[in-house]
Amino acid sequence: MSSFMSYTIFGLFSGAAYAIAASGLVLTYTTTRVFNIAHGAFGMVLSFVFWDFSVRQGLPLWLSLVLVLGVVAPLIGWFLQRFVVRGMGEGPVSVSLVVTVGLLVFCIGLATYVWPPEARSVPPFMPTSGIQLGDTYVTAHQIITILSSVVVAVLLYLLLTRTRIGTAMRASVDNPELLKLFGGRPDRVAALSWAIGISLAALSGILLVSVVGLDYYALTLLVVNAYAAAMLGRLKSLPLTFLGAMALGLLTSYSAGYLPPDGWLNDLRNVIAPLFLFLVIVAMPQAQLRVGQVKGIVSAPLPSLGKALGWGAALLIFTALLTGNLSTANLLLVGTAATYAMVMLSLVLLTGYGGHVSLAQFTFAGVGALAYAKLDEPNLYGLLVSALIAAGVGALVALPVLRLTGLYLALSTLAFAVLMDKLVFQADFAFGFNGTLQARRLSILGTSITSTGGYVLVMTVFLVLMSLFLLFLRRGVLGRVLIAMRDSPAACGTLGLDMRWFRVALFGLSAGMAGLAGGLFAGLRGTIGANDFQFFQSLPLLLLAVVFGVTSVTGATLGGIGLMLLPVLQSNYPSLAGLMLVIIGFGAVLLARDPNGLANLMFKIGRFLEARFAPQLLAKLPVLPGRGSILDEVDEDPLDASFDHNQEVPAHVAP
Amino acid sequence: MSIPILEVVDLHAAYGRIEVLRGVNLSVPKGAVMALLGPNGGGKSTLTKIISGQKKPTSGDIHLGGVNVRDAGSEELARLGLCTVPEGRSVFPNLSVEENLTLMSYAGVSVEAVLETAFAYFPRLLERRLQLAGTLSGGEQQMLAMSRALASDPALLLLDELSMGLAPLIVDELYDTVAQIAESGVSILCIEQFARTALRVSDYAAVMTGGRIVATGEPAEIMETMSDVILGGAA
Repeated sequence: MSSFMSYTIFGLFSGAAYAIAASGLVLTYTTTRVFNIAHGAFGMVLSFVFWDFSVRQGLPLWLSLVLVLGVVAPLIGWFLQRFVVRGMGEGPVSVSLVVTVGLLVFCIGLATYVWPPEARSVPPFMPTSGIQLGDTYVTAHQIITILSSVVVAVLLYLLLTRTRIGTAMRASVDNPELLKLFGGRPDRVAALSWAIGISLAALSGILLVSVVGLDYYALTLLVVNAYAAAMLGRLKSLPLTFLGAMALGLLTSYSAGYLPPDGWLNDLRNVIAPLFLFLVIVAMPQAQLRVGQVKGIVSAPLPSLGKALGWGAALLIFTALLTGNLSTANLLLVGTAATYAMVMLSLVLLTGYGGHVSLAQFTFAGVGALAYAKLDEPNLYGLLVSALIAAGVGALVALPVLRLTGLYLALSTLAFAVLMDKLVFQADFAFGFNGTLQARRLSILGTSITSTGGYVLVMTVFLVLMSLFLLFLRRGVLGRVLIAMRDSPAACGTLGLDMRWFRVALFGLSAGMAGLAGGLFAGLRGTIGANDFQFFQSLPLLLLAVVFGVTSVTGATLGGIGLMLLPVLQSNYPSLAGLMLVIIGFGAVLLARDPNGLANLMFKIGRFLEARFAPQLLAKLPVLPGRGSILDEVDEDPLDASFDHNQEVPAHVAP
Repeated sequence: MSIPILEVVDLHAAYGRIEVLRGVNLSVPKGAVMALLGPNGGGKSTLTKIISGQKKPTSGDIHLGGVNVRDAGSEELARLGLCTVPEGRSVFPNLSVEENLTLMSYAGVSVEAVLETAFAYFPRLLERRLQLAGTLSGGEQQMLAMSRALASDPALLLLDELSMGLAPLIVDELYDTVAQIAESGVSILCIEQFARTALRVSDYAAVMTGGRIVATGEPAEIMETMSDVILGGAA
């Protein structure tokens, strides 16, 4: 019985900490419609700040607490609202998600940079005192945590329902313009809620840090528990959020205590929170069909067939030149970039064209790689089967979450990715815990490709083929349906389109593309393990894909190269990596204005230069005798792609 | 003659390159009710948006009680005593009636006073004080919106398309309320496509079409001379 008591107390303690984090999350979401994926990451950074104040600089505990919760955290919140997330709530969900994913990556980068890994610890509050409750000893720290969660809950409830500024917080979600006409200040209200939200993230981080330890990832990812709790309250209801957090804390604690220590049930204890999240999201009621908004959703132009073929060929030739000259290590990097680019192409299909955000794309690649390694059939057939298996898994994931859109869909894929990572990839029948599998290189029609250079070239061929396939798809009927469904599901519903199976197929196709990339990657590397496909990696993948342009093939290719370069630059040329981060940050902020990413900016510059200089260049070219002027000829020959910007298909026009 | 409460001088405004207001001149005398009439696309709603600070003009000036307020934001204007009821339902659908009323106190009147006035004028709101505003009927929502005009005792009340989407009977009731507000000495600029109801309560009328004010005068003479423009087939 005493062990039951102590598990209960521990469950209540962690539940209380989750409740504090989750209520901060709910507060920022309800007042600004921006779901802060980086909520936990801010808690992590601020726990480090707290450590810095209280342990490294030796300030008194109360003073560091006041400084962190009362000064640093609110300032960060205010800054974020003012300069980063302002006005993002009305835009597409993918933009605000990606920007907060960017914040998360930035937070982890910042923490590792400012506080390099070393042994650190934060002692619990009042470590020597506690009370004896029956035969269970309850530490003062646990009591403080539980009490502060109650205080936070009560104060937030009073703020939101009993005060004018709290009411204004909720009103600013409904209609910020009207709030202005009432005389309220929506920006100030939003800044206040972000300040409080980040403060709560800091508080939960500081309360948990003595248990979890000062770890970059553990603290960041504890937020998945907060997501789950917040989701139970549907991101609106604070009481339900509180309840969810407590239930989750108890569930985790009991499962740690009572689940058998061996067998698959043992693995289950690590995934209680994502499982909870997934189940809660699946049980969500049907989202209302969204009526299309014209704002912000302008697709990147589609290149003409000739242009696409030309650029594809150029990429191939360039890679062929590279393969001749680079060392094996660098060739592996090129291959990795091609893999990333292919996975990003699957995001182009799903997010860029379909409008659904997935945080599990790398997991699908992992499924493909696993299948490829397990099948041990290093040929096109084996590759195809692995892609099909990944596609099947993708379709399976899409089935239970058919009704979900936007944020909920993204979070359910995140939960799925964590589940796969912890439960499947690390299981004995898959890669095994920290284990690896061997995979052989692909052979095509009996010809085995053993040289790394040749293999990288083959990967590039696949990349180009995939891009062409995607462009082909986009130009056809399916592409039009996709864009229509993205822009106005409600209008599609009234047209009588059945979107359900279409969505399953879309997820399947996208997962299949990622799986193909994973299979190729497995062949490239030779040994492949669960660590190559941690769910966490899907986050920077999505970030770079969207920043570089998730609506265009060019964006995906650039994004793949960028994602590959990022860690390389960080270790070899820190200054260049800084530049890269600046570009990404710049791109992320620009996203609010142009969801098509940096690639679209490049297209614009290209078109501008073309309009500016092409006429002069043409004028200088000698006119061939016997034919009309070159400009006339362009209209006759659609394959002459050099100056035909008139022929680019505009956003919503069928080719 | 005293200073007009609202004076618009040679106002130009554009959406992108499309000019919508081409030199609007309008003045509303203190304590008067002015109806601004005109067909669709004449620039009436754009003019409201600019007066209320939601949109910036390209050139021209706006004086409110003799003070130039051209660059003021809408929340500042609201605190200065301009009460704008925009077109459509100007309530917060996910807040209860009482919370909606609480927010009206930003205009400088205490919450208690707002509640008292609103419930005195519209007992129906008292019955539904804890109901979400989004679940009220259209007429009740407009009552809630009008409560702000009643309770905040504004210097100028700007009403945009009060009748939109409402049954004629309810529109009549709402205009009775407008007349009551006018009797208490509040200046009102009321924008309306349906001329007859608005002209019933107004002291002056102006007709706007093609981004300009084309006529001003007493309601009766406007009705007589401009009926083809303002009625435009619908009345």
